Amino acid sequence: MAKYVIVGASAAGIGAVEAIREVDPVGTITVVSEEPCPQYSRPMISDLVSGKADFEKMKCREDKFWENNQVQALTGRKAVRLDLTDKFVELDRGDRVNFEKLLIATGGRPFVPKIEGSDKEGVFTFTTVADAEHLAAKLQTAKTAVVIGAGLIGVSVTEALVKRGIKVTLVELQDKILSLLLDAKGSDIMENVIKKAGVTIITGQSVQQITGKPENNRVVGGVVLTKGEQMPCDVVIVAIGVVPRTELVTGTQVKTNRGIVVGNFMQTNVPGVYASGDVAEAYDFVLNQNRLLPLWPLAVQEGKVAGYNMAGKKTDYEGGTNMSALKYFGVPIVSVGVANPKEDAAYEILVKHEPERNLYKKLVLKDNVIVGITLINDIEKAGILFHLMKNRVNVKKIKQELLQENFGIAALPSSLRKKVYPGEIG
Amino acid sequence: MKRIIAKQEFCMGCGLCEVYCTVQHSKTKDIVKAYNRENPKPISRIRLEMNRPISFAIQCRHCEDAPCVTACLSGAMRKDENTGLVTHDAEKCMGCWTCIMVCPYGAIKMDVNGKVVAKCDQCNGLDVPACVANCPNGALVCKEVTP
Repeated sequence: MAKYVIVGASAAGIGAVEAIREVDPVGTITVVSEEPCPQYSRPMISDLVSGKADFEKMKCREDKFWENNQVQALTGRKAVRLDLTDKFVELDRGDRVNFEKLLIATGGRPFVPKIEGSDKEGVFTFTTVADAEHLAAKLQTAKTAVVIGAGLIGVSVTEALVKRGIKVTLVELQDKILSLLLDAKGSDIMENVIKKAGVTIITGQSVQQITGKPENNRVVGGVVLTKGEQMPCDVVIVAIGVVPRTELVTGTQVKTNRGIVVGNFMQTNVPGVYASGDVAEAYDFVLNQNRLLPLWPLAVQEGKVAGYNMAGKKTDYEGGTNMSALKYFGVPIVSVGVANPKEDAAYEILVKHEPERNLYKKLVLKDNVIVGITLINDIEKAGILFHLMKNRVNVKKIKQELLQENFGIAALPSSLRKKVYPGEIG
Repeated sequence: MKRIIAKQEFCMGCGLCEVYCTVQHSKTKDIVKAYNRENPKPISRIRLEMNRPISFAIQCRHCEDAPCVTACLSGAMRKDENTGLVTHDAEKCMGCWTCIMVCPYGAIKMDVNGKVVAKCDQCNGLDVPACVANCPNGALVCKEVTP
């Protein structure tokens, strides 16, 4: 019997442990993790493949994180069944862990579409350190790779492969890469940078078949694209996205949509049962609705909010949105909120574009409030803009300043500055 | 716990805070070498903001519930429970820029090589941080606050 049981030991699980311990130093915590090596940074697995980081560097908390927080960490174990009547989680060996408060932080699993040949040796997904280690081992002999999907994970693994000297073809079904983060112009800038690094980019197509090597059909030898073109390669990485791992609550009263449905306390419809991270549909403050947002920083924050509430400190989740900072191929990018508004009439767009230095900055405004930020190659003021965005500050009087290089807090009229940064500059 | 407060009404916009911050965070701690010779070039972790007649200097506020610590992908950004400082471990930093995206003060910078970030460490070990010690008009002051 543990007072708190947390299933999943990645971002949301870690955030929850820290929050619970802030409020309740003694209540027993049990964490169940399928992975043998928890508390590492999943966003860093690309650095493991490229050789930039080893596992030691990837640890995102101190070595004795679980001990220091008096957590019983059941690693390499799987939660297989949830009983809400008797309040226990059943593990893979039939043992049970009872709980008073439960957090489901099971994350997402990589989505692999039905492609003929996707069971061949040399096909990888890319979310865990185990994935990265398997891929890195294969790269000892591989020379060419096809990456399916040009989102965050696809572009990130592409960069790692390029650093390892692999010839990469990046295949994206949409007509632009990074289409969830960038508009057409931003996407073009990135596409050119990636092409210059020697990557072949194919958009508007996917892979319809993965073929074997002539000498061994069980091993990846190439792909066939949607339009029929054949392309030889040694490895295929499927990076299309993740789907929430909701299976633990299947057949229980816990309400799901695409992910687990939660309220502002990160609590599900079942009292005492919480969900956070990639498995949960949390609040998006730009769209004003709950949705899946599988991003590390949001998962930590959601886990923290769940932890506080589980331990009895009522805390509202203020919400996140689609927000990412990118470092790929040496180009710093920040993208927050709406990058590509659909009905242009409702939005006002501010743009600064200097092609000669690949500088591109764009703000999307609605009723004089920032709802979208795209910054390429000049990102240092991103946080100030994000602060104005999150606080729904009316920026009507400072529109001209927002994208200037010397924009800063001093650009705000003093009454506004005092409101947005209370007590700070006095 | 120390906090550095900016007194806007006393700031002349001279920029000496940036100069001394740069020197303090250089390898040689020598003003000429720091500016002329060091490679990579040291950077200032304080930013002078000017919008005449207003000016003030701002650096990491070491927030109580620091967004950069929650958002950090690598665990490089931590809140030191004893000192109350938000600390940054350059060895652990992966240079993902997520902290830059969420810092309300724009107080986190990329280093010149674009590999990791840099921010105010309140001059680790100095009694009075360099920016405060070298402000000629008392526009930056240190204040003890209770955590």
